[in-house]
Amino acid sequence: MATLTKIDEEKLIQEQGYNDHFHDHHHGDKYKSNFITTYIFSMDHKIIAKQFLITGMFWAIIGAGMSIIFRLQLGFPEEDYSWLRYLLGKWIVLDEAGVGSLSQEFYYALVTMHGTILVFFVLTAGLSGTFSNLLIPLQVGARDMASPLLNMMSYWFFFMAGLVMFISLFVSTGPFSGGWTAYPPLSALPQASSGSGAGMTLWLVSLVLFVVSVLLGGINYVTTVLNLRTKGMSMWRMPLTIWAFLITAIIGILSFPVLVSGFLLLILDRSLGTSFYLSEIFIGGQALDHVGGSPVLYQHLFWFLGHPEVYIIILPAMGIVSEVLSVHARKPIFGYKAMVLSILAIAFLSFIVWAHHMFMSGVNPFISNFFVLFTLIIAVPSAVKVFNWIATLYGGNIRFNSPMLFAIGFVSMFISGGLTGIFLGNSTIDIQMHDTYFVVAHFHIVMGIAAFFGMFAGIYHWFPKMYSRFMNDTLGKIHFWGTLIGAYAIFWPMHYLGIAGVPRRYYSFDTFDTFRHFGTMNQFITVAAIVVFALQLLFVVNFFYSIWKGKKVTTQNPWGATTLEWTTPITPGHGNWPGNIPAVQRWAYDYGKDGREFISQIEPLAEGEKEH
Amino acid sequence: MTALIIILCITLLIIVAVQIGKISELAQKIRGEEEVEQEANNRSAYAMLLFLVAFMVFCIVTALYYRNYMLGYGPHESASEHGGRIDSIFNITLVITGIVFVITHIALFWFAYKYRAKKGNKVLYIPHDNKLEVIWTIIPAVVMTILVVGGLDAWNDIMADVREDEDYMEIEATGYQFAWDIRYPGADGVLGARNYKLITATNPIGQDWEDVKNLDDIKPDEIVLPVGKKVRVRITSRDVLHNFYLPHFRVKMDAVPGMPTYFVFTPTKTTAEYRAELKNYPEYQVPALAEEPNGPKLWEAFNYELACAELCGSSHFSMRKIVRIVTQDEYDAWIKTQNSFYLTAIRNTADDPFSGKALPIEMEEIKNEVPSGTSMGTDTVPAESIPVDTLNQDQK
Repeated sequence: MATLTKIDEEKLIQEQGYNDHFHDHHHGDKYKSNFITTYIFSMDHKIIAKQFLITGMFWAIIGAGMSIIFRLQLGFPEEDYSWLRYLLGKWIVLDEAGVGSLSQEFYYALVTMHGTILVFFVLTAGLSGTFSNLLIPLQVGARDMASPLLNMMSYWFFFMAGLVMFISLFVSTGPFSGGWTAYPPLSALPQASSGSGAGMTLWLVSLVLFVVSVLLGGINYVTTVLNLRTKGMSMWRMPLTIWAFLITAIIGILSFPVLVSGFLLLILDRSLGTSFYLSEIFIGGQALDHVGGSPVLYQHLFWFLGHPEVYIIILPAMGIVSEVLSVHARKPIFGYKAMVLSILAIAFLSFIVWAHHMFMSGVNPFISNFFVLFTLIIAVPSAVKVFNWIATLYGGNIRFNSPMLFAIGFVSMFISGGLTGIFLGNSTIDIQMHDTYFVVAHFHIVMGIAAFFGMFAGIYHWFPKMYSRFMNDTLGKIHFWGTLIGAYAIFWPMHYLGIAGVPRRYYSFDTFDTFRHFGTMNQFITVAAIVVFALQLLFVVNFFYSIWKGKKVTTQNPWGATTLEWTTPITPGHGNWPGNIPAVQRWAYDYGKDGREFISQIEPLAEGEKEH
Repeated sequence: MTALIIILCITLLIIVAVQIGKISELAQKIRGEEEVEQEANNRSAYAMLLFLVAFMVFCIVTALYYRNYMLGYGPHESASEHGGRIDSIFNITLVITGIVFVITHIALFWFAYKYRAKKGNKVLYIPHDNKLEVIWTIIPAVVMTILVVGGLDAWNDIMADVREDEDYMEIEATGYQFAWDIRYPGADGVLGARNYKLITATNPIGQDWEDVKNLDDIKPDEIVLPVGKKVRVRITSRDVLHNFYLPHFRVKMDAVPGMPTYFVFTPTKTTAEYRAELKNYPEYQVPALAEEPNGPKLWEAFNYELACAELCGSSHFSMRKIVRIVTQDEYDAWIKTQNSFYLTAIRNTADDPFSGKALPIEMEEIKNEVPSGTSMGTDTVPAESIPVDTLNQDQK
């Protein structure tokens, strides 16, 4: 049986759809009067999504570029880096022979900024900000977000956060250099590290602005999903992307305020002489007056966000991958309900596992028992998700285009990185593995690379919806294979470093006999990192080239997908649907049913047809 | 000039990339989209298979290559009593996750290859299978239960503090930017009181000299411990967070200012024994320093090391201290050569509250120096001049 034609679809939307009298009002003037309100201070969710994406890409290049600079120092410490003085100025220090190397202080600043930027600006704002904004209204069948104004503010708070962080790179004492977790007392005392002065103040200001952005966005996402779903779009008919964005937003709303309260106490300690985190400290030649505080308290508050944060990063990627796998395998996602329930389970558990980052921080070892238990339980819903993704491929008719490749790559990364989590979540093993390169390998694979793969899958998949053109598939494939192989080349060897006991955040390994035998491996990792970085630039070129020169989208539904965003015009205007809002008649994964390649969500159930 | 060349190269590469993209699209137009797509699809599917094989080979080859760094294997065996348990739990987890890793990867890439798109293929419409899903929920749950039980059993044993009636010794490690300060309790077996407000250049960890338990405390440059003796390390910090990390002993614990932490472990191999084991491995037969080809071999130069494993500032990577594990006899001989920090650095200086008064600890030393049987003579400091009151009060 043939799929619906465009005319059929329009008819369906008109007959079955819902007229919300959107086009009776004259929104045009309010939203689209000139260049500035259309492209800069836009309230249209599609434009805001693009703003988040491109800002995220900017930060990704900066953050990844920083990692290249510190990887150079780690891989080739003997080399002369005086040529980097043009870029880094005084942060390249010359020895007597005129050989330049990265200053220790700035090495740690780069490590810190790399972490902060990638975790918050790229993988939180760039990933969830982009796709929640783009897809929530389009896939639930809404004209826009519940509050377009808050949505716009969400982006501009993010922008300001980025601006402040960017400025902090240029202060004379250097940006903050105490690690992205910003543990006091190091982060609280300018005497402890030069980056803990003005750099840290700006870091805190930036992240508080960032949290405002996340909360404004999050409240909007939740409200839109709960209230603005179109007729027939029950919760159990929502695509998994929407489930993932909804739960991500809820986690963010519940956990980010705790981070701010933790930061607030830190700000008070820094500027008003309170002692929330400080006690019995002698530094810079004097004993401080602070008594009675506990640095461990900060760690509790930080990780109460910090752990949910990793799910804020990975859940949207999971949602995107579920959708992309299903569309391009031409098969329903396997175990839809189990997928939703496992998202809910992961979200719930994410709030009661935070202290697994703190097994070795001096908390009572007894309490760790509970955190080990809950942490390892997370393996169960995660395993269910992996098995379901693999089962989705089974018996499919798989199209290997760029989005699909990245989705498959995501599953591989998630398995590899998730399994090493079982080591680290077990406090006994964590005694040896804590703060070694094993941890670096683990989290880079499972939430760094995996989340990036989810993001790439999403960008390649929804690029036609964003820009009405395709990205170049050949370049996409080069990008994929290079990144897959390159990412494993970077992070797989780090497991061995960690097992050998090499601690993370070391500027040089030469001081220790135990850690210095890995010169060749460190060189290999650095070279691989440079290659992977270059491949990401290829992606950026492909992205911008395709915006203007890519192959044009000629049909409304180029992937043959079931979800609502593909029922909008090729270039959807404000309000997304020119006429009525389509009504939803079935779940989002009717691929290969009754011998038909796919059945759009707007097509009514045939007589006697059961909904999956 | 170099910058110009680099910019030129980058521009050229970008142009090449764009051209590749253009050509592929052009080829599609010329040869018919469907045919090209089908071919590309097959290529990707084969690439999936190739990647699977290459990746598995890579994992196995690298693991074999680095096998001597694996926990509990070859030269990387633990040197403490509890370390072996950590290593074996690590290895059990490695086997279990290894099996899962291989099976899931084979399934993922094999299915991807096998179910590549072919014209006229009918896909299986299977939205879910409750039985299957229950099975693959229960299996990980059972495996996790085993790992949790095994892990926590070991955890609670390893992290348990010493009991009063146990035979153990206590030492103290204080981290500061950027070194470790080590303190032994001296003859009385008790570490003296500290107050961070008393820290000065001459009193780096703020020992309270009014507390006579401090008077015999020793502050050596290295950590020397007798093999087979349980040791409780009291871990503190003077400024920011540090972490007391002994990789060979599987010991790691944060040093927190204002909140002393501890780790209890028992060394099982002396430094000499560990060196003798390393001697069996060719990679330790090379000279320790490349500049000295005839110098000591790597195994001869081996030492246990103490490192910092919590970012503490710009020289975090250099907080090294040597740890020596020796036999009980060697330890006894060594501890005799160590002098009380108080007597060597503080006694009769402006900081000494007992300046001009004789102390029992000094009399002990005099006794030790005088051969037994000889009378102490009559010119000993009268007993009442010893600050007995202070002494008694503190010992309560």
